[in-house]
Amino acid sequence: MAVIERQPAEPYWVERIPAPVWAVGFLLLIMPAVANDFVLFQVFGWTFILGMIALSLMFLAGYGGMVSLIQMSVAALAGYMVAIFGPSGVEALSLFLPWYVYIPVAVVIATIGGALVGALAVRTEGIYTIMITLAIASAFFYFTRQNYGIFNGYTGFNLVVPPQLFGVDWRQPVPFYYLTLGMAALSWLVVVYVSRSPFGLALQGVRDNPRRMAALGFNVTAHRIAAYAFASVIAAFGGILLVWQNAQISPGTAGIPAVIDILVIAVVGGLKRPIGPFIGALIYVLLRSFAPDALSAFGLSTERFKLLIGLGFLLIVFFSPDGVLGLWERWRARRASKADPLRGGSR
Amino acid sequence: MKKYFLGAVAAAALFAPQAMAQDTIKLGILVALEGAFAAGGADGVRNVELAISQAGGMAGGKKIEFVVAPSDTTPDTAVRQARKLIEQDGVDIIIGPLSGSEGIALRDYAKTIPEKTVINGVSGALETTWVDPAPNFFRFNPDGAQWGYGLGSYVVNEKGWKRVATVAADYSFGYTNFLGFAVDFCKAGGDIVERFWVPLGSSDFGGVIAALPDDVDAIYLGVGGTDAINFLNQYEQAGTETNLIGGTIMADQTVLTSKGRAKDALIGTPTSGWLAEDNDSPEWTSYVKAYQDAFPESERFPSPSLFGVGYYIATTAAIAALNEIGGDLSGGQAKLHAALSSLEHKTPLGVISLNENRQATGTIMINEVVEDGQGGLRNALVGKAEGVTQTLGMSAEDFRAMGLPSRDTPDCAALRG
Repeated sequence: MAVIERQPAEPYWVERIPAPVWAVGFLLLIMPAVANDFVLFQVFGWTFILGMIALSLMFLAGYGGMVSLIQMSVAALAGYMVAIFGPSGVEALSLFLPWYVYIPVAVVIATIGGALVGALAVRTEGIYTIMITLAIASAFFYFTRQNYGIFNGYTGFNLVVPPQLFGVDWRQPVPFYYLTLGMAALSWLVVVYVSRSPFGLALQGVRDNPRRMAALGFNVTAHRIAAYAFASVIAAFGGILLVWQNAQISPGTAGIPAVIDILVIAVVGGLKRPIGPFIGALIYVLLRSFAPDALSAFGLSTERFKLLIGLGFLLIVFFSPDGVLGLWERWRARRASKADPLRGGSR
Repeated sequence: MKKYFLGAVAAAALFAPQAMAQDTIKLGILVALEGAFAAGGADGVRNVELAISQAGGMAGGKKIEFVVAPSDTTPDTAVRQARKLIEQDGVDIIIGPLSGSEGIALRDYAKTIPEKTVINGVSGALETTWVDPAPNFFRFNPDGAQWGYGLGSYVVNEKGWKRVATVAADYSFGYTNFLGFAVDFCKAGGDIVERFWVPLGSSDFGGVIAALPDDVDAIYLGVGGTDAINFLNQYEQAGTETNLIGGTIMADQTVLTSKGRAKDALIGTPTSGWLAEDNDSPEWTSYVKAYQDAFPESERFPSPSLFGVGYYIATTAAIAALNEIGGDLSGGQAKLHAALSSLEHKTPLGVISLNENRQATGTIMINEVVEDGQGGLRNALVGKAEGVTQTLGMSAEDFRAMGLPSRDTPDCAALRG
């Protein structure tokens, strides 16, 4: 009964992409055909933006073991730079440079800012990293609120809109949806790629055992700072999209509640995989947008909508310390471990 | 299978286009229900309910529905919620927002929805209707500068306080309300010795209280809500005793009904604003009675707050204009816009009309905080400034030349001239 064992051919790269990714990707691409403007612009646009900013935190926390609360401030810094170097309603302060100048400048400045904070924070561990980044984030908030010469204080900048590239108004719901979807997908792919690159693997080594990595000749500090710089680039693009979506930026954009929200999003979604922050962001946005409606549907006072948001997050974290992704993985593991009654073994 | 079915139902509910029945009019109430003004915002919602129930739930022959969109006083959230009201809930008219920076953000947003209408709730930034106003944004309340007007000449002439230091909130309403006070005060011969600006929502005023100069006749306080209560607590603890002058939101119901004794520092403090609780006009007394009858005592203020009155007047303006045009919202609500612009709105505070910027001209009340004899505090009416315009009685050119409200505008010496 000799059967010739044929060596299975190396699957074509397209075939290696699992089916759920195809399904989700297809759904997201045809979304404008079924969803209304609010869902496109507000729900999904905001989800992708918050997801990108939370993704930068997930990269640092998940692969680098550094929980940084500075990511929202880095995003806001990029947003502010767009408002300052580009066009805005505050004509006295904005420089009205063209887009091919202000976008790179904003990303570079935000990246330098994020890397500088990283350089300060990497010398600490665990709770101290959280505290030092939180301190810098609140300092940034109060600085923007009280600085009138550059950041225009409490009022901030209004009428910050994306450039009219290729004859498209990028703030219309459908173009903006595809813009944010494209940027989010790109960030996700880059994070997936970097996590498997030598740098990403070394970073995960640093996370697991910094002393051994140092003994092997890796520069631990440099890897960590580079991780901050890389995460800042993603956060910066998220911040630019955020300022375009709101058409304005003010200190409240990077206030302490917003900073904490990013951590909540990343934790609720799950810190183990790059898709987690996007799931967390979708849950956050849905709760933020529809909690008052859900309350009034049950005849309750809409004043207490924050209670519902808090309960939602509490339930997720209570039942799954590693976020929604953890729930999903546990469910799969349980299914897989159920023995097949006919063939025996698993599955 | 069941899971997919549930998913499909959920998706259908999420994406279903909003049914726009022709025989209803949908109002979106954009109101702060988080942050320093949450208590006032809740009173705004109560007053919207009151106004709608007084109209029998109908306007222009159509049924009124309303949706509440909570904000947290940041312009980001205000615009997000406004967009939700328009795009997701399909409202015809937005009533709101509550605070100054939100108002400016909504002015810009209103320009993107020319076929809808925004009636300001109670936000008071001058810029909202002064700088590049939106044609579909209407404000039936006087702005923050108007609310401050009349107080300055009162304290100079009646109290003889000519040298003051000021502590005010470091944001647009703080500047605007202060400007109204300062214009009048400086013209009457007063002098502002030092200006302190404190961030909105701050809880520690120790540094400012310690730095207040001793050789002044009075201190002007332009903070509100929980900030005002925090300030008064720390002011009491510091044992300082100077005369106080209050900005418009300093001695509002939200502060006067707060727990604790710190608010007693306010006794004898003159303030100016839109309201006088002991106003004895029949319109006002019947409105207060309706308010008190509509809600149980534990769920309301003793009498409507400034925020509540603002939302009440905005909602009644919408209803009055809709009645005038028979609820006809066709043609991009053009008829509604015209009716609102020319409305002679009969309110509990007298008749209010709008100027060419769709901004109200109104009467400002000067009040003084007194004890009500039952252990509480109330405002007693001591004077009025009638017909205060958006330009505070100056010509539009002079007003524009003075500059927009900011930390350093107005220049007191130039006004004293």
